[in-house]
Amino acid sequence: MKRRWNWPLWTGFLLALAGLFSYAIFAQFPITRDFPWANLFLFCAGGILLVVGLARAFGRPQVYRGKMFGPILAVLSLLAFALFGYGAFYLVRQMPVSAGAPRVGEKAPEFTLPDQNGKPVALADLLSSSHGAVLIFYRGHW
Amino acid sequence: MVAISVEPPEINKRHCQKMGFTYRFLSDPKAEVVRRYDLLHPGAGPKGADISRPAEFLIDPTGTIRWVNLTENAAVRARPEQVLKAFDDSSERAAR
Repeated sequence: MKRRWNWPLWTGFLLALAGLFSYAIFAQFPITRDFPWANLFLFCAGGILLVVGLARAFGRPQVYRGKMFGPILAVLSLLAFALFGYGAFYLVRQMPVSAGAPRVGEKAPEFTLPDQNGKPVALADLLSSSHGAVLIFYRGHW
Repeated sequence: MVAISVEPPEINKRHCQKMGFTYRFLSDPKAEVVRRYDLLHPGAGPKGADISRPAEFLIDPTGTIRWVNLTENAAVRARPEQVLKAFDDSSERAAR
Protein backbone atom coordinates (compact mmCIF):
# COMPACT_ATOMS: atom_id res chain seq x y z
CA MET A 1 0.00 0.00 0.00
CA LYS A 2 1.25 3.43 -0.89
CA ARG A 3 1.90 5.57 2.22
CA ARG A 4 0.12 8.90 2.60
CA TRP A 5 1.64 12.31 2.18
CA ASN A 6 2.60 13.86 5.56
CA TRP A 7 1.43 17.43 4.92
CA PRO A 8 2.01 18.86 8.45
CA LEU A 9 5.77 18.35 8.03
CA TRP A 10 5.93 20.44 4.88
CA THR A 11 3.45 23.05 6.05
CA GLY A 12 5.35 23.41 9.34
CA PHE A 13 8.61 23.84 7.48
CA LEU A 14 7.10 26.48 5.17
CA LEU A 15 5.69 28.36 8.18
CA ALA A 16 9.15 28.36 9.79
CA LEU A 17 10.65 29.79 6.58
CA ALA A 18 7.85 32.36 6.50
CA GLY A 19 8.64 33.22 10.13
CA LEU A 20 12.23 33.95 9.17
CA PHE A 21 11.74 35.89 5.94
CA SER A 22 8.52 37.75 6.70
CA TYR A 23 10.40 39.97 9.17
CA ALA A 24 11.34 42.11 6.17
CA ILE A 25 7.62 42.95 5.91
CA PHE A 26 6.69 43.00 9.60
CA ALA A 27 9.69 45.24 10.47
CA GLN A 28 7.97 48.07 8.59
CA PHE A 29 5.23 48.37 11.21
CA PRO A 30 6.06 49.40 14.79
CA ILE A 31 3.47 47.03 16.25
CA THR A 32 5.12 43.95 14.71
CA ARG A 33 8.66 45.34 14.95
CA ASP A 34 9.02 46.47 18.56
CA PHE A 35 8.19 42.93 19.60
CA PRO A 36 8.16 40.39 16.71
CA TRP A 37 5.05 38.53 17.84
CA ALA A 38 3.84 37.91 14.27
CA ASN A 39 7.06 36.07 13.45
CA LEU A 40 6.98 34.14 16.73
CA PHE A 41 3.39 33.11 15.96
CA LEU A 42 4.48 31.71 12.57
CA PHE A 43 7.35 29.79 14.19
CA CYS A 44 5.02 28.50 16.90
CA ALA A 45 2.40 27.29 14.40
CA GLY A 46 5.17 25.72 12.31
CA GLY A 47 6.62 23.96 15.36
CA ILE A 48 3.25 22.46 16.31
CA LEU A 49 2.70 21.15 12.77
CA LEU A 50 6.21 19.67 12.68
CA VAL A 51 5.60 17.85 15.96
CA VAL A 52 2.31 16.52 14.60
CA GLY A 53 4.05 15.45 11.37
CA LEU A 54 6.90 13.74 13.20
CA ALA A 55 4.46 11.93 15.48
CA ARG A 56 2.66 10.63 12.38
CA ALA A 57 5.86 9.64 10.61
CA PHE A 58 7.31 7.74 13.56
CA GLY A 59 4.08 6.63 15.25
CA ARG A 60 2.39 5.19 12.16
CA PRO A 61 5.19 4.74 9.62
CA GLN A 62 3.13 2.16 7.71
CA VAL A 63 0.51 4.87 6.95
CA TYR A 64 2.50 8.13 6.74
CA ARG A 65 5.67 9.10 4.98
CA GLY A 66 8.33 11.35 6.50
CA LYS A 67 10.74 9.24 8.62
CA MET A 68 13.58 10.45 6.41
CA PHE A 69 12.71 14.03 5.48
CA GLY A 70 10.72 14.78 8.66
CA PRO A 71 13.78 15.13 10.91
CA ILE A 72 15.63 17.03 8.17
CA LEU A 73 12.78 19.57 7.86
CA ALA A 74 12.56 19.84 11.64
CA VAL A 75 16.29 20.58 11.98
CA LEU A 76 16.17 23.17 9.16
CA SER A 77 13.16 24.80 10.85
CA LEU A 78 15.00 24.91 14.18
CA LEU A 79 17.98 26.54 12.44
CA ALA A 80 15.66 29.17 10.93
CA PHE A 81 14.19 29.83 14.38
CA ALA A 82 17.66 30.06 15.97
CA LEU A 83 18.84 32.48 13.28
CA PHE A 84 15.76 34.65 13.78
CA GLY A 85 16.13 34.63 17.56
CA TYR A 86 19.80 35.56 17.30
CA GLY A 87 19.03 38.52 15.03
CA ALA A 88 15.81 39.74 16.64
CA PHE A 89 16.71 39.32 20.30
CA TYR A 90 20.51 39.45 20.48
CA LEU A 91 22.02 41.38 17.55
CA VAL A 92 19.59 44.32 17.77
CA ARG A 93 20.57 44.83 21.42
CA GLN A 94 24.30 45.05 20.72
CA MET A 95 24.49 48.80 21.24
CA PRO A 96 27.26 51.05 22.49
CA VAL A 97 26.94 52.40 26.03
CA SER A 98 26.94 56.08 24.95
CA ALA A 99 27.76 57.15 28.51
CA GLY A 100 28.94 60.52 27.21
CA ALA A 101 25.77 61.36 25.29
CA PRO A 102 24.33 64.76 26.27
CA ARG A 103 21.76 64.51 29.05
CA VAL A 104 18.55 66.33 29.88
CA GLY A 105 19.35 69.81 31.18
CA GLU A 106 22.67 70.05 29.32
CA LYS A 107 23.32 72.29 26.32
CA ALA A 108 23.09 70.42 23.01
CA PRO A 109 26.50 70.42 21.27
CA GLU A 110 26.48 72.85 18.33
CA PHE A 111 26.95 71.53 14.78
CA THR A 112 26.66 72.52 11.14
CA LEU A 113 25.92 69.81 8.59
CA PRO A 114 24.72 69.80 4.96
CA ASP A 115 21.09 68.80 4.32
CA GLN A 116 19.92 66.61 1.41
CA ASN A 117 20.27 69.58 -0.98
CA GLY A 118 23.81 70.33 0.20
CA LYS A 119 22.70 73.45 2.11
CA PRO A 120 24.51 73.83 5.45
CA VAL A 121 22.22 73.73 8.49
CA ALA A 122 23.40 74.81 11.96
CA LEU A 123 21.68 73.81 15.19
CA ALA A 124 21.50 77.51 16.08
CA ASP A 125 19.54 78.19 12.83
CA LEU A 126 17.07 75.43 13.70
CA LEU A 127 16.51 76.84 17.19
CA SER A 128 16.29 80.53 16.25
CA SER A 129 13.31 80.03 13.97
CA SER A 130 11.18 77.63 15.99
CA HIS A 131 9.88 76.41 19.32
CA GLY A 132 12.77 73.98 19.54
CA ALA A 133 14.20 71.11 17.57
CA VAL A 134 14.04 67.34 17.50
CA LEU A 135 17.25 65.62 16.41
CA ILE A 136 16.79 62.10 15.16
CA PHE A 137 19.97 60.11 14.70
CA TYR A 138 19.57 57.24 12.26
CA ARG A 139 21.74 54.25 11.46
CA GLY A 140 21.38 55.10 7.77
CA HIS A 141 22.37 52.76 4.91
CA TRP A 142 19.00 53.13 3.23
CA MET B 1 12.82 68.27 13.19
CA VAL B 2 15.95 67.03 11.49
CA ALA B 3 17.40 63.60 10.82
CA ILE B 4 21.14 62.95 11.09
CA SER B 5 23.03 59.99 9.67
CA VAL B 6 26.39 59.18 8.09
CA GLU B 7 24.80 58.96 4.62
CA PRO B 8 25.96 61.53 2.01
CA PRO B 9 23.47 64.25 0.88
CA GLU B 10 22.74 62.66 -2.51
CA ILE B 11 21.74 59.36 -0.85
CA ASN B 12 19.57 61.27 1.64
CA LYS B 13 17.94 63.19 -1.20
CA ARG B 14 17.07 59.98 -3.04
CA HIS B 15 15.79 58.43 0.20
CA CYS B 16 13.56 61.44 0.98
CA GLN B 17 12.13 61.47 -2.54
CA LYS B 18 11.45 57.76 -2.41
CA MET B 19 9.82 57.85 1.05
CA GLY B 20 8.10 61.23 0.68
CA PHE B 21 9.85 62.73 3.72
CA THR B 22 9.64 66.52 3.79
CA TYR B 23 11.88 67.24 6.78
CA ARG B 24 15.60 67.82 6.53
CA PHE B 25 18.10 64.98 6.46
CA LEU B 26 21.56 66.10 7.55
CA SER B 27 24.68 64.35 6.43
CA ASP B 28 27.56 63.54 8.80
CA PRO B 29 29.75 61.27 6.64
CA LYS B 30 32.76 61.34 8.99
CA ALA B 31 30.49 60.84 12.02
CA GLU B 32 31.95 63.95 13.67
CA VAL B 33 28.66 65.13 15.16
CA VAL B 34 27.70 61.52 15.94
CA ARG B 35 30.94 61.30 17.95
CA ARG B 36 30.30 64.67 19.62
CA TYR B 37 27.01 63.25 20.89
CA ASP B 38 28.75 59.97 21.83
CA LEU B 39 26.43 57.94 19.62
CA LEU B 40 29.03 56.17 17.49
CA HIS B 41 28.34 52.50 16.85
CA PRO B 42 31.70 51.32 15.49
CA GLY B 43 31.67 48.78 12.70
CA ALA B 44 27.88 48.33 12.75
CA GLY B 45 27.28 49.56 9.20
CA PRO B 46 27.68 47.65 5.95
CA LYS B 47 31.27 46.52 5.35
CA GLY B 48 32.10 47.43 8.95
CA ALA B 49 31.47 51.17 8.54
CA ASP B 50 31.07 53.30 11.68
CA ILE B 51 27.48 54.50 11.97
CA SER B 52 25.25 56.23 14.49
CA ARG B 53 23.13 54.31 16.96
CA PRO B 54 19.45 55.32 16.85
CA ALA B 55 18.75 58.21 19.22
CA GLU B 56 16.37 61.15 19.59
CA PHE B 57 16.88 64.50 21.34
CA LEU B 58 14.34 67.25 22.05
CA ILE B 59 16.03 70.63 22.32
CA ASP B 60 14.32 73.82 23.52
CA PRO B 61 14.87 77.24 21.88
CA THR B 62 17.67 78.06 24.36
CA GLY B 63 19.63 75.00 23.16
CA THR B 64 18.97 72.99 26.34
CA ILE B 65 18.15 69.31 25.99
CA ARG B 66 14.65 68.55 27.32
CA TRP B 67 14.25 64.87 26.45
CA VAL B 68 16.55 62.08 25.30
CA ASN B 69 15.72 58.63 23.96
CA LEU B 70 18.61 56.16 23.67
CA THR B 71 17.00 52.89 22.68
CA GLU B 72 18.49 49.61 23.89
CA ASN B 73 17.08 47.80 20.88
CA ALA B 74 17.94 49.03 17.38
CA ALA B 75 14.52 47.85 16.15
CA VAL B 76 12.61 49.94 18.73
CA ARG B 77 12.54 53.70 18.03
CA ALA B 78 10.69 56.56 19.62
CA ARG B 79 7.11 56.81 18.41
CA PRO B 80 5.83 60.19 17.19
CA GLU B 81 3.40 60.39 20.13
CA GLN B 82 6.30 59.93 22.60
CA VAL B 83 8.12 62.89 21.07
CA LEU B 84 4.95 65.02 21.06
CA LYS B 85 4.32 64.18 24.72
CA ALA B 86 7.91 65.11 25.60
CA PHE B 87 7.38 68.41 23.77
CA ASP B 88 4.11 69.10 25.62
CA ASP B 89 5.65 68.22 29.01
CA SER B 90 8.64 70.43 28.28
CA SER B 91 6.43 73.37 27.20
CA GLU B 92 4.32 73.03 30.35
CA ARG B 93 7.39 73.13 32.57
CA ALA B 94 8.64 76.17 30.69
CA ALA B 95 5.28 77.95 31.14
CA ARG B 96 5.23 77.41 34.91
